[in-house]
Amino acid sequence: MQKPSPLSGWGRFPNVACSMIRPRSEADMRRAVEQPSLIPRGNGRAYGDAALNQGAVLSSLHTDRIRSFNPETGIVTCETGLLLADLIAFALPRGFFPPVVPGTKFVTVGGMIAADIHGKNHHGAGTFSRHVVSLNLLTADGTIQHCASDENAALFQATCGGMGLTGMILDAAIQLVPVETAYLRQETLRAGSLEDAMALCEASSGWRYAVAWIDCLARGRRLGRSIIYRAEHATRSEIESDPFVVAPRPTRVVPLDFPAWTLNRWSVSAFNALYFARASVGTAIIDYDRYFFPLDAVLGWNRLYGRPGFVQYQCVIPRAESPVALRRLLEKLSGAGSSSFLSVLKLCGPEAAGLLSFPLEGYTLALDFPANAANFNLMLELDRIVLEHGGRLYLAKDARMSAVLFRQTYPRLAAFQAIRRAVDPSHKFSSLLSERLDL
Amino acid sequence: MTLPQPVLVIGATSDIARAIARAYAKTGRTLILAARSPEALDRDAEDLRLRGAASVTVIGFDILDQAAHPRVLDALGEAQATIVCVVGLLGDQQAAERDSDAAELIMRTNYLAPALFLDAAADRLLRAGGGTIIGISSVAGDRGRASNYLYGSAKAGFSAFLSGLRNRLSRSAVHVVTIKPGFVDTRMTEGMKLPPLLTAQPSEIATAVLTAEQRRRDIVYARPIWRLIMIVICAIPERLFKRMRL
Repeated sequence: MQKPSPLSGWGRFPNVACSMIRPRSEADMRRAVEQPSLIPRGNGRAYGDAALNQGAVLSSLHTDRIRSFNPETGIVTCETGLLLADLIAFALPRGFFPPVVPGTKFVTVGGMIAADIHGKNHHGAGTFSRHVVSLNLLTADGTIQHCASDENAALFQATCGGMGLTGMILDAAIQLVPVETAYLRQETLRAGSLEDAMALCEASSGWRYAVAWIDCLARGRRLGRSIIYRAEHATRSEIESDPFVVAPRPTRVVPLDFPAWTLNRWSVSAFNALYFARASVGTAIIDYDRYFFPLDAVLGWNRLYGRPGFVQYQCVIPRAESPVALRRLLEKLSGAGSSSFLSVLKLCGPEAAGLLSFPLEGYTLALDFPANAANFNLMLELDRIVLEHGGRLYLAKDARMSAVLFRQTYPRLAAFQAIRRAVDPSHKFSSLLSERLDL
Repeated sequence: MTLPQPVLVIGATSDIARAIARAYAKTGRTLILAARSPEALDRDAEDLRLRGAASVTVIGFDILDQAAHPRVLDALGEAQATIVCVVGLLGDQQAAERDSDAAELIMRTNYLAPALFLDAAADRLLRAGGGTIIGISSVAGDRGRASNYLYGSAKAGFSAFLSGLRNRLSRSAVHVVTIKPGFVDTRMTEGMKLPPLLTAQPSEIATAVLTAEQRRRDIVYARPIWRLIMIVICAIPERLFKRMRL
């Protein structure tokens, strides 16, 4: 075990001293679980306090072996710490792609299951866990449980989206999807208002992938103006070059913490206006990296928010409530003039089986805020709107929700708690998040 | 250019060796992994095959067991090959100062056994008509320091051995590379407080190894900043150096 050293999620808030254990093998994992208190951690891309524990943090990064692959079925079995980037590099030349990917490829397979991540295809494909054929879970008593939707089903549903609180996922079998190329045919549309944006999202439900970038600082008639990106995997005939070869993208590194005032309402507002005006409407063929992971080209972009860090606020609102709720949220945001730099709107499909899984059928809005007092107060006001309209917040992004709000918005919490009690009565697996939310 | 020769990795369970094997697997090479506990490498072997290695063989081998050296070299047959020696034992300096057995183990593991093994390997490669020998030494061998001089002195011996072997083989088709990592984020250094800017990831050492093999480099510091640091450290007069705590 390493000496305690400062650790945080991707948002760099909160930051606490944690001792890291870095197993290389299953035997190492078993020994680690003898610790009185610990939480699994992948590549640290959850934004808040989900993978922090002042007892011990169990890193999955050194157990990242690919174990088997069946080219007939497209099922890959890999260890928990395999990075999505490596999974893609493995799958693409074989004509496959992960069934669901989040906004960064620097996440682990175990992390994607534990957060039950969703992607731009949620309306059709559901969350990542829907494509998990089975997994092996190392539980608090040191035993390994083989779980699937039809085996140890309750534990499986608690583990998918369970934020690492049921045990350490050791490995998983994932159903990949066949693709003909590494490219996507993307159509870009502009929406001048929130109504237009929602109409375009609805109209895009027949597309495999659809997501909108939304300008949260636009007011009045322009409130909710958006750029909609929808896409399909490009077919072999659409690509002239080698279909699975993608030119490596130049990456930039944010070398230092920017001053905390870098992102303010004026700089972000100017950026948004430029972004909206310059979006090239129409159809284009782009590689998977640019379509799915645009921000990965800027390594360490979280440092743009400066030393205090930032908080992601991602909510989902049931479909019927969305028109009113989104308008209220946007009015609150543009009124406060708070500088959410990255704002994403997406229409999600039906709720997943995971008991703490985030998405439900409706609109999800993701925002980031520099961590400061004004923004924390603003988020409390947003909380009220989300609650009133039957929505909820995403645990993988959260760093500040109250236990009360959590209880009110996750109706399957009791079922989750019962399973966790049975598998880990002393709450050996716990995190700052689970303590904060009284999970 | 991808080299077709098989790659023999000695000390294959270490983090650096695993990273090196992975980097070679991506280029489609044939891998032979030698380690004291070969069963620990079963999963790695499968992973390396899936990641592109032409084939992967795992053999049990303790480099301290000199009688076993010929057997491992036999696994190469008479073919030209690349041999990467990642064997290393940091040990506990303070404990080893009081325990001569522990001190001897550090010296044998870091110098004696690898040197004897690679000397025999060199003859084998000469007979095969070419190949590459890559030794993972350490910047700790550039100057002895109180905090790790048993390890450092053995690595100094290993570096000098590699340099001499390179000199001897310079007119042959066998090339010798010395890799000198500074701090590396591995199990060996777990628990130490290491400065992030001076600490390499195992994958960086792997990249250095593959590049050095391809471009026939002689001595490579990974990260390069360490070459500068060691020039400065080596330039300090002994009269001053002996009082310093580094």
